[in-house]
Amino acid sequence: MSKSNLLSKRTKQLLSDPLNDNNPITVQVLGICSALAITVQLKPAIVMALSVMVVLSVANVIISLMRKVIPSRIRIIVQLVVVATLVIIVDQVLRAFVYDVSKELSVFVGLIITNCIIMGRLEAFGMANDPWDSFLDGLGNSFGYAWILIAVAFFRELLGSGTLFGYPVLESLGVYKLGYENNGMMILPPMALITVGVIIWIQRVKNIKLVESK
Amino acid sequence: MDVNKNSYTFGFAAIMVIIVAALLSTAAIELKPFQDRNVELEKKQNILSSVGVAIDRDGAEEIYGTYIKSELVLNNKGEEVEGSAFDVDLGKEVKKEADAQLLPLFISEVDGKKRYIIPLRGKGLWGPIWGFISLEDDLNSVFGAVFDHKSETPGLGAEINRASFQDPFKGKTIFEGEEFTSIKVIKGGAQQGDMHAVDGISGGTITSDGVSDMLEERLGMYLPYFNTLKPAIEVDSLFNPLDSIVSVNDSIIN
Repeated sequence: MSKSNLLSKRTKQLLSDPLNDNNPITVQVLGICSALAITVQLKPAIVMALSVMVVLSVANVIISLMRKVIPSRIRIIVQLVVVATLVIIVDQVLRAFVYDVSKELSVFVGLIITNCIIMGRLEAFGMANDPWDSFLDGLGNSFGYAWILIAVAFFRELLGSGTLFGYPVLESLGVYKLGYENNGMMILPPMALITVGVIIWIQRVKNIKLVESK
Repeated sequence: MDVNKNSYTFGFAAIMVIIVAALLSTAAIELKPFQDRNVELEKKQNILSSVGVAIDRDGAEEIYGTYIKSELVLNNKGEEVEGSAFDVDLGKEVKKEADAQLLPLFISEVDGKKRYIIPLRGKGLWGPIWGFISLEDDLNSVFGAVFDHKSETPGLGAEINRASFQDPFKGKTIFEGEEFTSIKVIKGGAQQGDMHAVDGISGGTITSDGVSDMLEERLGMYLPYFNTLKPAIEVDSLFNPLDSIVSVNDSIIN
């Protein structure tokens, strides 16, 4: 692979499109379940984003390598098996050698397998493109997923618990003295949906071509 | 080659399944000893932390023997039975009938003080929750409690493994006079001064209730054993009050 290829327009597009114009959460509305479930605090949101990044990029490469030999009638099953196997192996290795991280991941392991973004990318991209592009596509989409997750978690933890990464930010800023109280609604799932909604709203105000014509 | 032929599809699926099965079982078998070791060390670490000994997981092994003086296995009549308390799998025991369960009990000595550590196991919202609660040698006041969970929701039920949830248990009591009250986790917050209740977790009500149920059920199983110990303790602690009652009586008579 030549160097110019590494920075070609297509490469850049693969990485940058999912951040905004083709964001998996705000535009394709995939992976919403995990965006609601684990954005109460920043730390688990980041752990989840990293795990999805690893699984999505590697699975996309594997599927891309196998794309010419996969029988089309069972392709979805094959994709699912690849994702599930990867996730379980990663989980087992973490549990043996980095026990604390694996405890942090606990419920996410199941959530990673069911994350629609992963299956969506494997089916839409990995099945039709070469491994390097698939890897970039996996990275790009997981960055797109990650920034939304982290943004939502930032507001939910800050307004709901008054902390960031467990550090009591609002207390040290003296916001409570001004009469603010932690908003219990923020830590419940409905507010995650509303926060995602607000992000979609702001995104479409800035990026007018995303607005569907009537 | 035609990848859409039936025979090819079957062949592909069969080979894929065999490869994946081999991969997964190899990974599971090879990694099992490391995983079991982590679980064992964590259990030791949790037992120690319930009696206020903070230590990282790797150090738990060494100092476990220094602090944990004896380990007993009991039945629900309060009698000692054969067995190793550390190896009792409470997850399996809680599924048995009450009179068939083996009840592990750890007795620690820290700074010359004897404390009883009772392992806990119950149900959360998504899966099992467990922990250890340590009682002072009056078998009433709580010295410390640790909880953990398999898969409670992060930020909500999962908060039971935080100090902010566990610390309020310190100093609470499980008896009101002679009556066993356990310790309740109260939604919306416990009333101030309530010696048998702590604050629940907002948004984690089912997990909080699970902790209440777990405490009541598990501690309740040890009551017969406590009763066998109680006379010895009461004689000690009643000795002084008796003197004062005698003197009150004397003054009434006079």
